[in-house]
Amino acid sequence: MSQTPLTSPSAPDARPVNPRTAAAADEVIDRKRRTLVVRKYVPVLGTLVLLCVMYAIGIANYENFYNTQVLLNILIDNSFLLVVAVGMTFVILTGGIDLSVGSVVALTTMVCAVTLEHGWPAPLVMISVLVMGATLGLAMGCVIHYFEIQPFIVTLAGMFLARGLCYVISTSSIPITHPTWTTMSQTRIPIASFSITPSVLIAAVVTLIGAVVLAWTRLGRTVYAIGGNVQSATLMGLPVARTKIAVYLISGLCSAIGGLLLSFYMSSGDPLHAVGLELDAIAAVVIGGTILTGGSGYVAGTVLGIIVLGLIQTIITFQGTLSSWWTRIFIGALLFLFVLLQRTVIRRTP
Amino acid sequence: MTAILRHRLFWPVLALVLLLLSNLVFTPGFFTVELRQGHLYGSLIDILRLSSPLILVALGMTLVIATGGIDLSVGSVMAVSGALACLHISGQPDQGALSTVLTACALGVGLAILLGAWNGFLVAVVGLQPIIATLILMVAGRGLAQLITKGQIITVNSPAYRFIGAGYWLTFPFAVIIAAVVVALTVVLTRRTALGLLVEAVGGNPRASRLAGVGSRRLTWGVYAFTGLCAGIAGLMATANVSSADGNAVGNLIELNAILAVVIGGTSLAGGRFSIAGTVIGALLIQTLDTTIYTTGIPAETTQLFKALVVIVICLVQSPAFRSKVARLRRRPRPRLAAPVNAEAST
Repeated sequence: MSQTPLTSPSAPDARPVNPRTAAAADEVIDRKRRTLVVRKYVPVLGTLVLLCVMYAIGIANYENFYNTQVLLNILIDNSFLLVVAVGMTFVILTGGIDLSVGSVVALTTMVCAVTLEHGWPAPLVMISVLVMGATLGLAMGCVIHYFEIQPFIVTLAGMFLARGLCYVISTSSIPITHPTWTTMSQTRIPIASFSITPSVLIAAVVTLIGAVVLAWTRLGRTVYAIGGNVQSATLMGLPVARTKIAVYLISGLCSAIGGLLLSFYMSSGDPLHAVGLELDAIAAVVIGGTILTGGSGYVAGTVLGIIVLGLIQTIITFQGTLSSWWTRIFIGALLFLFVLLQRTVIRRTP
Repeated sequence: MTAILRHRLFWPVLALVLLLLSNLVFTPGFFTVELRQGHLYGSLIDILRLSSPLILVALGMTLVIATGGIDLSVGSVMAVSGALACLHISGQPDQGALSTVLTACALGVGLAILLGAWNGFLVAVVGLQPIIATLILMVAGRGLAQLITKGQIITVNSPAYRFIGAGYWLTFPFAVIIAAVVVALTVVLTRRTALGLLVEAVGGNPRASRLAGVGSRRLTWGVYAFTGLCAGIAGLMATANVSSADGNAVGNLIELNAILAVVIGGTSLAGGRFSIAGTVIGALLIQTLDTTIYTTGIPAETTQLFKALVVIVICLVQSPAFRSKVARLRRRPRPRLAAPVNAEAST
């Protein structure tokens, strides 16, 4: 992996000068490696191209679409989804899946609402929901690893469990009126003549940490290794057990953070919050170029995936004549397109 | 005794029986089935009737899972099929006419088979992962269903159509008869012919089975189309039962319940073997759980909590890793108990 920057097309000067005799052979190897490196980024680049095309279509067709605030609003409306999707990226990179995220998000909003109602101090509430999310993730990770039950089934159970707990707390929506929550939802941080919410900043920080952990830490490398081939990773002596459990813990933690952001955004706890969120998160991760079998993908791609989903929504809102269900059809079509793209890329890679 | 204990279906059946018995505590007359106006009435019949769509969907899911795949789109396919059938009926001058209803059913089921075949095409020909191939239709299918109903709830006024979901024939609910016939046909087709074996072969090792001369591609395709068919019929039942089609609500979360039923029934998600009887028991168990929660007066929404507990317990009990770990735990205390005695004796 350390050779990646040397051979990437962006830094051709860094290539060492070869002796005349070996030059030809090196040239061939180099070219192969370079195409491999380029191919690695094809799915993410594809998403980027799509994003640009959609944005261009938006600007060409609708007045005021060029306004930067439109883009920022996508981030404001989807900050919680972004955080959840970052956690999902970790899980999917190991070849697993986490269906429980939507329910954990809902449970977080419920716990926030009900504990605040009982007069708990805000910091305590925040810390307890984060611990709760992480614990749920940890528990699911342990069951998946130690009892060797498919992640799909375990997180499905987690999904039912968390959603059921929401209804145990209350079957109806609980408003949140705590001053901290109101400030978080009403504060606008100005950037030039535009503005974002604190939630966007939090989401950005989480995303950044996620990207750094995946790219430059031992944990991140192990995540990719497990997604590539669990047996090889085990034989290499990598901490497979710890890492496999850790990704579900991370996903649970991210869901709890996402739930906090959603409770800021909605100012309420509701057992019906975030129904089907797991699908949006998985869709964003896949559209962002992460391969569902694991081992290949980037957090940056997930960010692009979220923006693509947000852009679809925005374009449909701007169009006005298209009904909301077209969103789902478009997302389905995009998923199809991207999976096909991935398919051709994987097939060609030796 | 151990042979019974070791039987694949022992735990699911035990759970179902216990759950049914526990109902006696809350409803004393739970097991009574009476004949009223030539119709069978009773809680047990209700459970059978309400579980028929789930049994059908889970039946298709069993075969798909046996090939090593999964179908997440069944709920959306149900919604699409029900929506199309209701749309056709609502547009006819005589909604109750038998020909209208038959055409509507053919349209709905036909489209469902087409959608299933599309899934099969993506999995078998394009070579996509089943979970992602069907995720596409799961997301887009909901949109499609709402597109058909124009985002509204289509209500139909057709006794003939309602009969599919809520009618009685030969004293039995018609939905139960449909489900029973489809299940019986599937059992005969898979277990009396080599078809079931071939499906299991594809699930066990698609490449090896292809090399052995099994038309795994065609088979996979067929299995997904069959799942579409099952989901289509289930969609008709679900919409007929309430005489209306809601693109958003029909078959919501049923894919998860169906997968659950299959797993409870002892079919491994890894593919390679399947048990239709297990699936039927799994589906009945889930419906019984729902009914039990309703009758005990616990808020209906908390069903999911109990479902989660059932899944966890049954999956743990069925997991070989869990069993061996428990067995090891049971064995461990004995040497530990023995050790201090020895230590005392030696000192």
